[in-house]
Amino acid sequence: MANVISCMLPGVEFDRAARGLLGAGERLAAQLETQHIILAAGASDTLAQQLVQHGDQVVVLTDQELDEYQPESCLALLHAACADIRADAVLLGQDAWSQELAPRLAHRLAGCSIADAQAVDVRDGRIYITRSVYGGKAVAVVRANVAPAVVWLRARAFEPESARSASAAAEHRSFGATSSSAAATKIIRRHSESESDVRLEDAAIIVSGGRGLGGPEPFDDLRQLASVMKAEIAASRAACDAGWVPPGLQVGQTGKKVAPELYVAIAISGASQHMMGITDAKVVAAINTDQDAPIFRHCQFGLVEDWKNVVGPLKKRIMDLL
Amino acid sequence: MKIIVCLKQIIDPEVSPRDFQLDREALQAALGSASLVTNIFCENALETALQLRDRSSGEITAVTFGPEESEEVLRKALALRVDSAVHLVNPGILHSGSSGAALVLAAAIRRLGEFDLIMLGREAGDWGEGQTAGLVAEELGLPCVAFVDGIESDSDGVLVQRQTDVGREELHARLPLVVSITNNDANVPRIPKTRDIMLAHRKELTSWSLEDIGLDADAVRDAAVRSEVVDLFIPEKDVNCEFVPGESIDERIQEFAQRVAEIVRSV
Repeated sequence: MANVISCMLPGVEFDRAARGLLGAGERLAAQLETQHIILAAGASDTLAQQLVQHGDQVVVLTDQELDEYQPESCLALLHAACADIRADAVLLGQDAWSQELAPRLAHRLAGCSIADAQAVDVRDGRIYITRSVYGGKAVAVVRANVAPAVVWLRARAFEPESARSASAAAEHRSFGATSSSAAATKIIRRHSESESDVRLEDAAIIVSGGRGLGGPEPFDDLRQLASVMKAEIAASRAACDAGWVPPGLQVGQTGKKVAPELYVAIAISGASQHMMGITDAKVVAAINTDQDAPIFRHCQFGLVEDWKNVVGPLKKRIMDLL
Repeated sequence: MKIIVCLKQIIDPEVSPRDFQLDREALQAALGSASLVTNIFCENALETALQLRDRSSGEITAVTFGPEESEEVLRKALALRVDSAVHLVNPGILHSGSSGAALVLAAAIRRLGEFDLIMLGREAGDWGEGQTAGLVAEELGLPCVAFVDGIESDSDGVLVQRQTDVGREELHARLPLVVSITNNDANVPRIPKTRDIMLAHRKELTSWSLEDIGLDADAVRDAAVRSEVVDLFIPEKDVNCEFVPGESIDERIQEFAQRVAEIVRSV
């Protein structure tokens, strides 16, 4: 039986998403009765120290090309490392870079590629992935028929495992496998647009605004409410497409898939593509003028009211209660 | 610039849960009363291609892999004045999946010959895998950039803007290149003119069988079955929205606030 590899891409931190990924790797390796190997592309020593408590072996790729993420070189090195280590399953996170590389890595490893896993199971030695399809209206179970199964996971859908007592050693390796195609694309500028340090995928509480807000200004009211609730701010596709907030705040099939303890949808009708982004939310609450809005079919509690009459007073009440 | 845009026809993802039905035998959604539409990200990709052609000139070929009725997405593309359209007819293979689709698209692209840019939607509103662009790139041995929402010509290639988890990245890329397109405020699909819709139905449309591009149904099935859908069901929803009680709006807001505060405290 070959290994289970969990891949950490350059620049990732040991956050909730990473711990969920490693937890999934630990459990899958146990079920397959094989080794869990953490492949860290360009990890710092601090990160490597944390990783050794979550796998049988940690392989840190030291190639200089991994100092910052570049798609082609990162893919070439991950491929070289995975081919050398040999795996039945290669797990990746939910970040844009992992999503970008997963199918290509699967193709190069002559495996199969399965996206957006919400559960990973083993039956009779074979790997089954459960994933949400048709905008969350159906659930599919997909079996990996060839190895390795290269799977990216919906981050918060997977519980972390506690640290192991005996630490594995971190091994530093270099593959230097970058081919000439590496220079075909190059990231030449990066900038952050997020409003806080917390990634939406990791947020415990989210306040989200939609088309019904009518413009960019009401998001300032939502931000104040969010601040009182210690929440992150998000938005529907309509609000992002209208340019009211940056696209990075978008939740839905077209944006982030989030899994907070509480998701408060304000002036969001609840189109299928939006609901697909919040299927993993524990509690959904909604404020909308339209009692028949689809959002009310997916939430635990709701208030049929114009947001204009609610957001201000609600902020004060919550402040008093906390 | 020669651009190939790959389009996918899907069951309207906005069909209400009430009208959504499954074909448990085929393990896919049944059309029922839903309509067939072009996947929205594919429309964003087409819009991006049209804007690129408007700015710099070039040629756009729209391609789709699907059953007879998917010709409609190509007619719509022709109404938006793409230069040519190629229908890769699916002879009835269920679950061709991203791997099967990528094999077919890549074979067709090879037959089309010269190209600079291959554009796909970032994912489809039915199976939502978001893998076809990457797989097409690998089939063709080309570089690939995902989540792109802007492209400009540059002296020796293109400048590509894209969305990441925390913000944006700009890339320089040599051609040929495969990109997957996501939506932003600049690539909202345009509406075709009525006259162009009428003309589109008279325009020439190429139709290729799998054999025409050197494949057969078994080859596509073999690619598709690398991963296999073994079950598909509608999840039980125990969610029952409770409209918060209260005589007045103040009481209802108070009730709402209490429930929110309770969860916030527990986090």
